[in-house]
Amino acid sequence: MIRFDGISKRFPDGTLAVDDFTITIPSRTTTVFVGSSGSGKTTLLRMVNRMVDPTSGSIHIDDDDISTLEPVALRRRIGYVMQNSGLLPHRTVVDNVATVPLLTGVSKREARAAALDLMDTVGLDRALADRYPSQLSGGQQQRVGVARGLAIDPNILLMDEPFGAVDPLVRSELQQELVRIQKDLAKTIVFVTHDIDEAFLLGDQVVILKTGGRIAQVGTPAEILANPADEFVDTFIGAERGRRALSIQTVNGKEVVVDGTGRLAGILRSPTPESGRSA
Amino acid sequence: MTWVLANLGQIWELTVAHVLLSIAPIVLGFLLAVPIGWFAYRFRVSRGLVLTVCGLLYTIPSLALIVAMPTILGTKILDPLNLIVTLTLYAIALMVRTATDAFDAVSTDVIQSSTAVGFGAWRRFWQVELPLAGPVLLAGLRVVSTSTVSLVTLGALVGMSGLGYLFTNGYQRNFPTEILTGIVGTVLIAVVFDILLVLIGRMLLPWARVDDAARRGAGTARVKAVAA
Ligand SMILES: Nc1ncnc2c1ncn2[C@@H]1O[C@H](COP(=O)(O)OP(=O)(O)OP(=O)(O)O)[C@@H](O)[C@H]1O
Ligand SMILES: [Mg+2]
Repeated sequence: MIRFDGISKRFPDGTLAVDDFTITIPSRTTTVFVGSSGSGKTTLLRMVNRMVDPTSGSIHIDDDDISTLEPVALRRRIGYVMQNSGLLPHRTVVDNVATVPLLTGVSKREARAAALDLMDTVGLDRALADRYPSQLSGGQQQRVGVARGLAIDPNILLMDEPFGAVDPLVRSELQQELVRIQKDLAKTIVFVTHDIDEAFLLGDQVVILKTGGRIAQVGTPAEILANPADEFVDTFIGAERGRRALSIQTVNGKEVVVDGTGRLAGILRSPTPESGRSA
Repeated sequence: MTWVLANLGQIWELTVAHVLLSIAPIVLGFLLAVPIGWFAYRFRVSRGLVLTVCGLLYTIPSLALIVAMPTILGTKILDPLNLIVTLTLYAIALMVRTATDAFDAVSTDVIQSSTAVGFGAWRRFWQVELPLAGPVLLAGLRVVSTSTVSLVTLGALVGMSGLGYLFTNGYQRNFPTEILTGIVGTVLIAVVFDILLVLIGRMLLPWARVDDAARRGAGTARVKAVAA
């Protein structure tokens, strides 16, 4: 469990990035922070591993106030994945995955063997192990980033728009992969995105943020879709809601289902034997 | 040519002396410039001052500096230390800006993510910042190496050994062959040093070539795409 308690952050230049943010992130589930650019998502995420220290308020991981923990040690037990992977360009794929175990003194042989296993987990061909990151596609680099984040088998995994820079097809592949991995590993994931689609796909709990890290709404995707808290949320999820709002139309005597944009979503099958035969 | 063959022994001795006089300033200059450059990169306030001092240092005429060294250091006039210290200062002056740029060029994304996964400042310097600054540092070191090898010839004017002796001696005797031999020898030393540095670079920075190729590959792909 991660608990943000009255967290504010004012940067030295005066920017109030987060203003009195309070939330509980349950263990072993995925919480997604979603909001437009500059709403403070990255700042909030980086407070969890003390890359940024709050100006006021406290953050607890389970029962520990993290301001009392040593930052470097704390970071080594929390997985971190970011956009553009942030891999070490001078180390091979396998050594990149093994980065944190190597830092914590695991032997090279052991760390590499574990790294190869992790490459399987995230769907990377072992043949890529000795390549450098620049020799991989963007999607493959992100997989390496995810594998690196998982390498110490952390309880907590922080992900900052990890799939933001890859094309839509690869993004959706990576999202599915993450859903599958999460089903097996059940980490406490805090995921940042500005893509509401992605938020609803991945999040058990979705936090919609306004500027200054102010919470517009917290809930499961279903709760938010069914009952947008206010106009802001309504607009923010508007497109998504429209697309998911299905309605029935009759075309040439047949009933078809169209989505909010008027596109055909499917055919309505009535349970009569006749239409059963014709289908 | 006959003169060269007849004096091969002396030429070899001068070459060895030249090489030895070159190595110390190159190595010392590099080892001192890297931390100074890192300091200027890390602490923005110091940056302007450090870079200005280095720039000014470089404008002092080298001969004047060599001649002034015995007074500054309290050394004897013929002490090779005068030349070595002078050239080390020049090497630093040349190298600090490059070193600062080299650290600047390391991607902030990579530094941030290294910090985020648990590199402390010390390990991050040795395992991330320094190696990634490597290619630019190497480029700077190659310039320093060539410049130092050439500057060592000045030593002859203050009685130091080295291939510069062939310049002064050849000039006094009005004997162009000897001067030419000095020039060719100096260039050869510079070239050999440069090749060695490139080889060391390939050994220590194998990823840099891959990176380069990847960028060039991406470049060509784009060009092809535009052409198509
Ligand atoms: N180091 C910093 N110094 C000053 N201001 C900062 C700093 N980091 C972030 N900010 C400011 O804080 C606010 C929130 O930034 P943050 O990076 O958390 O937003 P974000 O929601 O992650 O945005 P994006 O979707 O663009 O990544 C912005 O106004 C930003 O300009
Ligand atoms: Mg961000």
